[in-house]
Amino acid sequence: MSKNLRVQTSKFIDETTNISFKFNGKTYYGFKGDTLASALLSNDVHLVGRSFKYHRPRGIMTAGSEEPNAIVQTNNNTALTEPNVRATEIEIYEGLEASSQNCWPSVKFDIGGINNFLSPLLPAGFYYKTFMWPANFWEKYEYVIRHSAGLGKSPKEPDPDIYDHRYIHCDVLVIGAGITGIMAAKTAAKNNLKTLLLDEKTELGGTTIYQDSDHIKINNQSSSAWLENEITELKKLNNLEIKTRTSVAAYHGYNYLLARENLTDHLSNNDKQNKIRQRLLKIRAKKVIVATGSLERPMVFNNNDRPGIMLSSAVKKYADYYGVATGQKNIFFTNNDTAYESAISINNKGIKVEAIVDIRENPNSEFTKEAENLGIKIYRNHTVVDTHGYKKLNNISIMELSKDGQSFANSNIITLDCDCLGMAGGWTPAVHLFTQSGGKLKFRDEDQVFIPNKYPSDQVSVGSCNGDFELDEIINNTSKSLKEFLNINKTDFDNLDVQCPKDKEIRNIWLLPSNKVLGKTKPFVDYQNDATAKDIKLALREGFKSIEHVKRYTTTGMGTDQGKLGNMHALGIIADTAGIKVGELGTTTFRPPYTPLTFGTMVGRNVGEYFDAFRRTPMNDWHIENKAEFENVGQWKRAWYYPQNNETMHDAVQRESKAARDSAGILDASTLGKIDIQGTDASEFLNRVYTNAWSKLAIGKCRYGLMLNEDGMVYDDGVTTRLEENHYIMTTTTGGAANVLGKLEDYLQTEWPELDVYLSSVTDHYATASVCGPNSKKILNKIIPDLDLSDENFPHMSFKNAKIDNIKCRVMRISFTGEHSYEINVQANFGKSLWEKCMDAGQEFKITPYGTETMHLLRAEKGFIIVGQDTDGTMTPIDLQMDWIVSKKKYDFIGKRSLYRSDTMKEDRKQLVGLITDNPSEVLEEGAQIVANTNPTPVEMLGHVTSSYYSPNLNKSIALAVVRGGKNMMGRKLIIAMENKNINVTIVDPVFFDKENVRLNA
Amino acid sequence: MFLISCPYCGVREQSEFKAGGEAHIERPKQPTELSDGEWAEYLFMRKNIKGIQLERWNHAHGCRKWFNAVRDTTNDEIKAIYKMGEKPPTI
Ligand SMILES: [Zn+2]
Repeated sequence: MSKNLRVQTSKFIDETTNISFKFNGKTYYGFKGDTLASALLSNDVHLVGRSFKYHRPRGIMTAGSEEPNAIVQTNNNTALTEPNVRATEIEIYEGLEASSQNCWPSVKFDIGGINNFLSPLLPAGFYYKTFMWPANFWEKYEYVIRHSAGLGKSPKEPDPDIYDHRYIHCDVLVIGAGITGIMAAKTAAKNNLKTLLLDEKTELGGTTIYQDSDHIKINNQSSSAWLENEITELKKLNNLEIKTRTSVAAYHGYNYLLARENLTDHLSNNDKQNKIRQRLLKIRAKKVIVATGSLERPMVFNNNDRPGIMLSSAVKKYADYYGVATGQKNIFFTNNDTAYESAISINNKGIKVEAIVDIRENPNSEFTKEAENLGIKIYRNHTVVDTHGYKKLNNISIMELSKDGQSFANSNIITLDCDCLGMAGGWTPAVHLFTQSGGKLKFRDEDQVFIPNKYPSDQVSVGSCNGDFELDEIINNTSKSLKEFLNINKTDFDNLDVQCPKDKEIRNIWLLPSNKVLGKTKPFVDYQNDATAKDIKLALREGFKSIEHVKRYTTTGMGTDQGKLGNMHALGIIADTAGIKVGELGTTTFRPPYTPLTFGTMVGRNVGEYFDAFRRTPMNDWHIENKAEFENVGQWKRAWYYPQNNETMHDAVQRESKAARDSAGILDASTLGKIDIQGTDASEFLNRVYTNAWSKLAIGKCRYGLMLNEDGMVYDDGVTTRLEENHYIMTTTTGGAANVLGKLEDYLQTEWPELDVYLSSVTDHYATASVCGPNSKKILNKIIPDLDLSDENFPHMSFKNAKIDNIKCRVMRISFTGEHSYEINVQANFGKSLWEKCMDAGQEFKITPYGTETMHLLRAEKGFIIVGQDTDGTMTPIDLQMDWIVSKKKYDFIGKRSLYRSDTMKEDRKQLVGLITDNPSEVLEEGAQIVANTNPTPVEMLGHVTSSYYSPNLNKSIALAVVRGGKNMMGRKLIIAMENKNINVTIVDPVFFDKENVRLNA
Repeated sequence: MFLISCPYCGVREQSEFKAGGEAHIERPKQPTELSDGEWAEYLFMRKNIKGIQLERWNHAHGCRKWFNAVRDTTNDEIKAIYKMGEKPPTI
């Protein structure tokens, strides 16, 4: 059994509740309230993972979401397993299983560790260089790289957990519930503002809540006791909502923020059942108070990454909050007073502190004095030059610094034994969310920090994220900021007596000197990505200047932790090397999310059938009952074909296509867009939006129209019917309906407001059955016996109002198949009964329901285009050989002028043609490229196949295609170049079937 | 996701709206009188301003009305909203 390093009881840990969990297959115990990290440390487990590139042994470095090393895979279940979970964030629960990532076969014996010895071969930009040269280099390395790269394993099955979304509107959002966040939330809520307080941790109170220094006091109380009281008061306030375990992921413009609330990740597997796991909060806040605190900086020196080396603040938190000693022989390494605070605190708990190595020349505050009084040896003006111990820190070597801090005063090396080294490199304000929102930073030279400068929205940063690091200035400045920001006269915190005798002196050296040449050292800047100071300097030598380029080349800051610890050092080292100030260099962009988000949280409930809305026609149930296969057209579910007796799609479509021409077919055309157009200027309006003339269309007549964009390219098409003098019904393509309506509204409202025209979408109001074929007339006669269907009374391209059993319907005699056919429109509710009526009436004629695939085939036989299939936004009506539909007489219509641009008039534009194959049974692939010959390289591409079918009515393969200059190439032999063969084709007229349109009136 | 104040409906989320590009580009009344160059100017050329831009918006998933907005493209701040046909306010 491993050692128990629990040193004292803590009110944050429930020591009465033992929790067992597994790490790398071994069972350990911790207490309720422990994170995986604190529980492992209490069991003396420091080695938790391997680094990304060199596979170096790595330990727990922090106690928060900034953790770069201790990232684990949780859960062995193939659906629930989750990679890249920070051991410092996950709370242990009964049944937790976690394992190290990035190592094989085990964390203690890792084959990839050999990369550590190969590291001279893995410089900055290694991957880029491998991609570039020589070409076959990549192929050789790919296998090895793919196996050793990647962080963790993704789940292999759909996530069974439940996720949720919630919208929240509030007056004030406070991000972070440390001492400033508590002050802010209390002040806002007490001033009658609806307030939301979020914190990523389990407990409120930030670092102050476990502060136990005798030197730091508020109103003569310990700061933690004072804050505890404030929190109690805070929780009594009415208009305040508090959410813990909630991390703000993104801060967008207009104070729109996304946060992830963790609801069950800390519960045992049993208690998790059937509960919402995580919830995405979509927050609109009138005002935002950012109180995100700051992150302690590590120090950059040779071998600064061994297990046992951690942040001084983490050493303190593990002792003070979790009651866990992170080492038995501790040393701190610092450039400011923070480490003394930590050292004194853990020393008072009986945890041995051997020494403090301080790079400052002569630190001399109350804290230094107390440390010395406690018998802690202080090495002033010294730096750590190396560390030893492979899987756990054994000792460190230190040397005295020169005056300028860039080299050494002498060559003496002192070796100090220790198993834990707490680094205190100063503080970096957590300005990530502030900059995400568009905020601009300024650099403060005195202590080398970026702090908020210009706020892009109604927000303010308070506390250490705003560059106030000591308690007295934090409280005074926060209280002042709150009054200004909330426009109030006083807060509860105006006259507090705050004692904080810390010395603010800091000596900043971004890259500490070494007694070895840089090339022989490993001073890590980005732990997770194994980027060292050496890599950054190499990038600069290779000519990279922009910080964004150096970041990508060295991968600094590009891990799952986004370099929260080392980014400032990277900037500092670049600035020092280039001889400029950090402030002039600027920072890299911080992008959402602040901490990784699960996909589940992002999609919430919008999974499976709820992923997107879908639309079904009133006849949908009939299609399902009759075993239709469906295809998605926009959001519509359209019947695609109706297979009978295990037919293949091909066989079904051949049968349906033949039946429609031999006797009768019926299509559900309800999805076509329908726009109701009314007003005294309706005819003039249609004149302007379609290419052909509309003024003379008689009432009761239908006309096909082609709509262009202003650039002259075909946009949509459809049949429009004049119902009354000032009333039309326009049909559009299924997919184009919404856009056509939008475009027409645009012209009406912005270009032609003088026109008296009103548009209304009625697509969903009508159900449409299209009955076609030589027997369609007989079928219609059975359904509507009163209607005179003679060609004289009801010719092709005309319309009649009628009634079926007292139900009003509109009947259009129009055709998209080339057959004699009728479109019957009824109010949507009657759609299914209309359909069934047609089926009953058509039974004696073997009426065959057909789907979209057959519709496509039948219209292709007639050479009718489908906008979006045979056109792609680069085809004019002339290109489509549809010159007949472009009015020469009309002065103007949308797109007209573009048809006379030099480019659109070129003879060698791609033009729509028909293709037949030399071998009539060979069906071309849609999208296949067309060439004239296959010899020279590169071969000139003349065009491509847009529609292709085997026609059962012609007994041969037919295709539509667009071919450069195709209009003048009738009869030309061309080649379809396929991967394994060439197919010989001939250009023909695109109308394959019934060129004389005899069947329309048959 | 910003908030837009439709002059007919009030403040709504951006997802209800459709952007319509630069405002005050009037469709020529007599396109056939224009040279290719003049027509191309109307058809293709846009200022794509970094800074204060006058632009068209449509409350597509609301009242379907078009209107104009004055937006700072550097930070998405909408300085003013005005109806179609109205003169842009001076900012
Ligand atoms: Zn509106």
